[in-house]
Amino acid sequence: MTNPRHPTPPSPIENRVRALEDALRERGHIPDGFVDAAIARAENDLSPKSGAKVVARAWVDPDYRARLLKNGMAACAELGIDMANEKNVVIVENTPEVHNVIVCTQCSCTAWSLLGAPPDWYKSPAYRARVVRESRVLLKEMGLDLPDTTAIRVWDTSGESRFMALPMRPAGTEGWSEEQLASVVTREAMIGVARVKAT
Amino acid sequence: MDGIHDLGGMAGFGAVEVERNEPVFHERWEARAFALNGVGLRVLKAYNVHEYRHAVERMEPAHYLAVSYYERWFTAIATLMVEKGVVAREDLERRAGGAFPLARPPVYANACEVKVTNQPRFAAGDRVTVRDIHPTGHTRVPRYVRGKTGHIVQCAPQFEFPDLAGHARAAHKEPTYLVEFAAAELWPNAGDARESVVIDLWESYLDAAS
Repeated sequence: MTNPRHPTPPSPIENRVRALEDALRERGHIPDGFVDAAIARAENDLSPKSGAKVVARAWVDPDYRARLLKNGMAACAELGIDMANEKNVVIVENTPEVHNVIVCTQCSCTAWSLLGAPPDWYKSPAYRARVVRESRVLLKEMGLDLPDTTAIRVWDTSGESRFMALPMRPAGTEGWSEEQLASVVTREAMIGVARVKAT
Repeated sequence: MDGIHDLGGMAGFGAVEVERNEPVFHERWEARAFALNGVGLRVLKAYNVHEYRHAVERMEPAHYLAVSYYERWFTAIATLMVEKGVVAREDLERRAGGAFPLARPPVYANACEVKVTNQPRFAAGDRVTVRDIHPTGHTRVPRYVRGKTGHIVQCAPQFEFPDLAGHARAAHKEPTYLVEFAAAELWPNAGDARESVVIDLWESYLDAAS
């Protein structure tokens, strides 16, 4: 395509994105308000707060937890979360015996409806390459030092099913309301690279 | 394809840095590019999500690794818009005032043989071996599990076969399975005995373990 000795520098990405948008707009392919609405949805509606709500409910309601682990789609929808963009959701429970961590090695698929748009680190080649090969080492580097007795299960999102970890409830949260509990649940904990801390 | 996107297990990468309070989009062009995929997928229906994924995979490997997620995202959209005849590459280059890198053309060959029957061939607990296939086109079976043996932990729903859908070919639905592999099976002599990987595979990718 290009001569590596005399590469043609690509024009700046901003110019290229504007070029495609303008070309599509001039052809009448972009409905009024479509772009702004799509951006607003990604920035405001798709959020890890949805996943946190699911986690908090599972911590306070054992029957809900059982339904969630059995049928993730239905249990998330039960809380009013819009699951229309997901095809199948499997919630995996972290315990002292087994720790679950989520990745998509071939692209960066994840359950946007529960976790929001995936963060840059999740999309990075380093994370995608390493977590399936040396999860314990990588998690320790990222600040999660698991006991030797805890097995690690890495879930590679290679198909249409999406995964989310149900983190362990931290000590010191006895008597907390669901809202309080949800407020300490992070996206990193639901991906499985961090613990939930009661702070 | 045995492409640059298939990163699982590759060595040589460094630390993973988590950005605190990361915004959904770091730059406004990322947000615009994000939205334009909705135009291609849902407004124009110019391509499907499998074709989109394959267009990312077809990027020049050096370009793929050098740029951000949304530049890959955008390059795939622009590639498909040109390939599908929605816009012309020359028009994009003129408007952008310079080179407009696109992904390489698809090569559909050596495709995964479809192996399905009327009933799912496997059930939870079955031991299966991943077929050692090397399609030049789209597939969702990464290199690091090919030829490896694991067991099915859960049967998942039937979904469109991506190896066909990724090339806009008529795609049937077939069962998918969540298959667990011990790290020691995936990475002989290096895998940690307390680690495993569960991966989501279409039925045609699998044979019963011998």
